[in-house]
Amino acid sequence: MAQEHKKWQCIVCGWIYDEAEGCPEEGLAPGTAWGDVPEDWLCPDCGVGKDDFEMVEI
Amino acid sequence: MTAPLVILGTGLAGYNLVKEFRKHDSERPIIMITSDDGRQYSKPMLSTGFSKGKDADALAMNDAGAMSETLKVEIRTFQKVTSIDAEQKKLFIGEDVIEYSDLVLALGAEPINLPFPGNEHLMHVNDLMDYHKFHEAVKGKKRVVVLGAGLVGCEYAHDLASAGFKVEIAAPDLQPLSRLVPVECGQALIPALQSLGVTLHLGKAATQVIKTEDGVQVVLDDGSVLQADVVLSAVGLRPRVELAKQTGLSVGKAIEVDRHLKTSHDNIYALGDCAQVAGFNLLYVLPLMNGARALAKTLAGQENEIQYPVMPVMVKTPTLPIVTCPPQDESKGSWNIEGQSPHLQALFKDSEGNLLGYALTGECVAEKMKLNKELPASWYK
Repeated sequence: MAQEHKKWQCIVCGWIYDEAEGCPEEGLAPGTAWGDVPEDWLCPDCGVGKDDFEMVEI
Repeated sequence: MTAPLVILGTGLAGYNLVKEFRKHDSERPIIMITSDDGRQYSKPMLSTGFSKGKDADALAMNDAGAMSETLKVEIRTFQKVTSIDAEQKKLFIGEDVIEYSDLVLALGAEPINLPFPGNEHLMHVNDLMDYHKFHEAVKGKKRVVVLGAGLVGCEYAHDLASAGFKVEIAAPDLQPLSRLVPVECGQALIPALQSLGVTLHLGKAATQVIKTEDGVQVVLDDGSVLQADVVLSAVGLRPRVELAKQTGLSVGKAIEVDRHLKTSHDNIYALGDCAQVAGFNLLYVLPLMNGARALAKTLAGQENEIQYPVMPVMVKTPTLPIVTCPPQDESKGSWNIEGQSPHLQALFKDSEGNLLGYALTGECVAEKMKLNKELPASWYK
C-alpha cells in the first residue's frame, strides 16, 4: 500500500520538510518518514530541533 | 520573594529564549514586555507571505494569551519601558515600576528611514503589524516599488511579483545582494527576477517620493520617475540601542555583550538583532537561535559561552535559490567562480587554498552541506 507522504514545517523559519522528497543534501533519502529522521537532526535553515516543527496541512 | 526574570521583546529572540529557558527551569517567574500585540510568528515568513496568499492573521501562530499559558510567563502587551535603573534592578513603564533579578534586552532592530522629502509615504515591513498595514495598503493595487536590492528587498520583490504584483526595484547598488554574494552571483538573480516581471533600476538611488492622486511617484537620482501605488523601503535595519544608551550600557553598532550575552552591566543581557556579540552584530535567524540557547543555559545557572557554527544565509528567491556564507570582513583571499549562470558556485579561498566563504546559486545550492564541512569549524571567534 502506498504510504501517504506528509510535509512538516519549521515554525521558526518556515523551512519545509517534504517526506516524498526527503532531503538528500542532508543525507535523508526521498521517502524518509518524519519519524525516521534522527532525533538530533536540526533544521538546515535555522538550527532548531525536531520538536520545533509542526505538520503543515496538505 | 525573588524578583522575576524580565525580557523586553516578544519577537523570535524573546520567545525562543523563554522556550529554551523553560527546558532548564519551569518555575522561575518571568515577565515579558512588548510594545506590540505579542503575537508569535516566524519573521522569515514575512517575506514569503504574499505568494502563499497569507495575511497577517494567517501568519500569526499564537496570540499573547496562548504564549503566556504555554510558556508560563506574564506577558504585557502594548507597553513601552521608559527607563531602567540598573543599580536598583528596576525598570519603569511610565509610573509603573517592575523589579527584576535578571533583565534581557531582546528589542530587535528597526528599519532605516531614508532621509529624503516624502519619506513619510514609504512603508516598511519589519514585524507582523507592519505586514498587516502593508497587506492592507496593497489590497486591490498593482504597482509596488521596492527600494533596496539586499536580502529583504530581493525576497519581497520576488514574493510580490510571484503573487501577481507589478514590481520595480530601485537601489544605488550595481547588483542585487551586494553585501552577501560576489557580482556574478548577484547578477544571476537579475534574469530570475525579470522572469517574474520585475524591473530593476540598479545604480539609482531614490531622492524623493511625491504623493499623487492615484498613488505615488518615486524620483530617482538620474531624474527618472517611477509610478507606483505603494513604495516599500527595504534598505536595512538599525539595532535598537536607545534604551541601552540611556541606561548607560556600553553601545557600539549595537548593544555590546560578551560571549555570555552579558552587557557591560551585571544582570543585564542582550540577544538577537539588538546585540553585538563579541564584536559581531548578525541580523539573521541562526545566530539568534544559537544566542537564545546559550543565554537560556546561562540564565539557568549553567554558565555558557556562545559558539557559532557555520551559519549560511538562505535567500528566499525560489525562482533562483541562493545560499551564501560570506567571508568575514577581514578575510584575505579571492573569489573563484565556476559554473554557468544561473547555476554558480563561488568559493572564497585564501592563498593557501583554505575555504573561507561561499555563495551558491541555482542547482549549485545542493553543495551547501559539503562546503559547510570545509569551512573553519568555529565562526566569529
